[in-house]
Amino acid sequence: MTDNNGRIARRFAELSAAGRRAVIPYLVAGDPLRDISVPLMHRLVEAGADIIELGVPFSDPMAEGPTIQRGHERALDKGVRLRDALAMVAEFRRNDADTPVLLMGYANPVVGMGFDCFAERASEAGLDALLTVDMPPEEVEALNTHLKRVGLDNIFLVAPTTPPERVEKITEVATGFVYYVSLKGVTGAGHLDVDSVTEHVALIRRYTTLPVAVGFGIKDAESAAKVAQAADGVVVGSALVQLMADRAAAGDGEQAILDAAAALVAEIRSGVDSVGDSVGDSVGGSVAGADADKAGTA
Amino acid sequence: MNQITTDLLATTPDAAGRFGDYGGRYVSETLIAALDELDSLYNRLSQDPDFQREFDEDLAHYVGRPSPLYEARRWSEKLGGARIFFKREDLNHTGAHKVNNTVGQALLAKHMGKQRIIAETGAGQHGVASATIAARLGMECHVFMGEEDVHRQSLNVYRMKLLGAEVVPVTSGTRTLKDAMNEAMRDWVTNVDNTFYIIGTVAGPAPYPRLVRDFQSVIGREARAQSLAMTGKLPDALVACVGGGSNAIGLFYPFLSDQDVAMYGVEAGGDGLATGRHAAPLSAGTPGVLHGNKTYLMQDEDGQILHTHSVSAGLDYPGVGPEHAWLKDMGRVEYVAADDEETLAAFHEVTRTEGIMPALETAHALAYTARLAPTMGRDQIIVVNLSGRGDKDINTVARLDGIEL
Repeated sequence: MTDNNGRIARRFAELSAAGRRAVIPYLVAGDPLRDISVPLMHRLVEAGADIIELGVPFSDPMAEGPTIQRGHERALDKGVRLRDALAMVAEFRRNDADTPVLLMGYANPVVGMGFDCFAERASEAGLDALLTVDMPPEEVEALNTHLKRVGLDNIFLVAPTTPPERVEKITEVATGFVYYVSLKGVTGAGHLDVDSVTEHVALIRRYTTLPVAVGFGIKDAESAAKVAQAADGVVVGSALVQLMADRAAAGDGEQAILDAAAALVAEIRSGVDSVGDSVGDSVGGSVAGADADKAGTA
Repeated sequence: MNQITTDLLATTPDAAGRFGDYGGRYVSETLIAALDELDSLYNRLSQDPDFQREFDEDLAHYVGRPSPLYEARRWSEKLGGARIFFKREDLNHTGAHKVNNTVGQALLAKHMGKQRIIAETGAGQHGVASATIAARLGMECHVFMGEEDVHRQSLNVYRMKLLGAEVVPVTSGTRTLKDAMNEAMRDWVTNVDNTFYIIGTVAGPAPYPRLVRDFQSVIGREARAQSLAMTGKLPDALVACVGGGSNAIGLFYPFLSDQDVAMYGVEAGGDGLATGRHAAPLSAGTPGVLHGNKTYLMQDEDGQILHTHSVSAGLDYPGVGPEHAWLKDMGRVEYVAADDEETLAAFHEVTRTEGIMPALETAHALAYTARLAPTMGRDQIIVVNLSGRGDKDINTVARLDGIEL
């Protein structure tokens, strides 16, 4: 099911050819400042981000740890909603035609907008993909019809608890890339088990040639480098959201917050790039022998 | 009204846990395997006579079932219409219908070998019932409760602590029941290997709405037999309060294919539906997705969940069980709302007239009954689910009456 010719496939193909992994920062739309997100996305791209994951604020973010929950609450307090997140994507797209952007969020705001309406607006805005945390393959048929119509990828999660036969089922509907949740828990949890990640990424690769990105629990260059041994992409969310929240709380202005965020992403970038390119090729099985202990520390 | 046949009931929910368009399983991938495991275990055990016997024995000897069907003669006379009967779930061990479900789910936890129980609670009744059953089975128990509810329901908080449970105050979002459920889900996703999540109502991801309904349906099965034995006929109307809707579905379910039995689900009208300050998604909400299921929700036009308001913590919830959403659309149950003021009046009236102090949740059903009964004949029968006792609410009632205890 990898017939899309969109930005995500192109970006992973370029990275793979260069023997590199994707750095995928996550930010909550409109956090920590209402108008920071678009400049932030551009700065993160300059700092080495390959794909941007934009969180859609929701009143009940069930899969998030405290850090990202508070990010959602701050953004909601500033009046940021799904339509505002789409407007940010459109604005970003005016000055960046290449960097893929995916929205990550929960089902209800998309249900509320209507699947057809969401697909139209997302397509107009230049969005590339949607990840709805609480819409597993069993519930996604109606939404997928509309996403396909406008060529949007639908990103699905695979978890440490997902049995092999279900990995197969998920990879049948997934497009763009597969998002492996590195641990049992909420975002920002602190118990990343690299061996388990390596094993599960190998399992996913038995069923699909789609790239595999790993998220939850990646905080710094060291953990990013370890995960990059196995994966095609590394998502960093809570660490970035926390850093920016701390800066905003300390009274820093937009420029200082952007500088700090860019520095963290640059650090993650160097960690990810410290990994040799022997496992950069995402075709099934090649990662199985990767030795996580050799992870470099930036 | 679409007829609900026994054939339709037998195939609802379907294998995907859907009641018509509602229900389903809208959760993060990490929980799917645990839900699959629960689903297949429950499919097996619900057909297993030994499991059913074990459940029935616990209901008889631990909960104290059957609960009586009591004719509220003085109140009926005062209202001057239908004969009103109370299904006395307040007389159950722990004081509410909630325990029927916790006994059932704890048996499932035991069969799965899980030693750690988590639960969410609003009014604290489900938390107390979960802590109770955990104490009895020697299991660890953590109850998530919105910080605002911790203050509103301090008596139940202390009861849970006495029973050995840890009460975890939830400070995110609106600090009420919905946020407690979010936090319980977050705990479950983190500790899914050793933890059983006892959901307290007929909401949440499949198979919870089905299994909670099945465990609570003992209410309606007993009421049906008791009504026939005491009056020689089925009731003309059933009335129950609806937050998530477990006591209501428990009473209604065994009567759904009895076309002549009218049913009224009473939501929390708060300050009145017109004010927007209420907790009545079936009366004034729209369909959406929250807490693992598709159902009617209190939400804004952007799909954000709204703050709810009710005098009763147990009904202060922006969603409702998916089977109720289906029954509303089918026209089988009429969903109405009672506001805080008439609820409080009904609380006092029934306490003074019958010597039965109802929970504030239950008092919503009584408030609607006070409107309904006078419109019916003296030969007609209403069964109200007296879902819980009001001891836990005396601080709230005193405060609203301007009395300091």
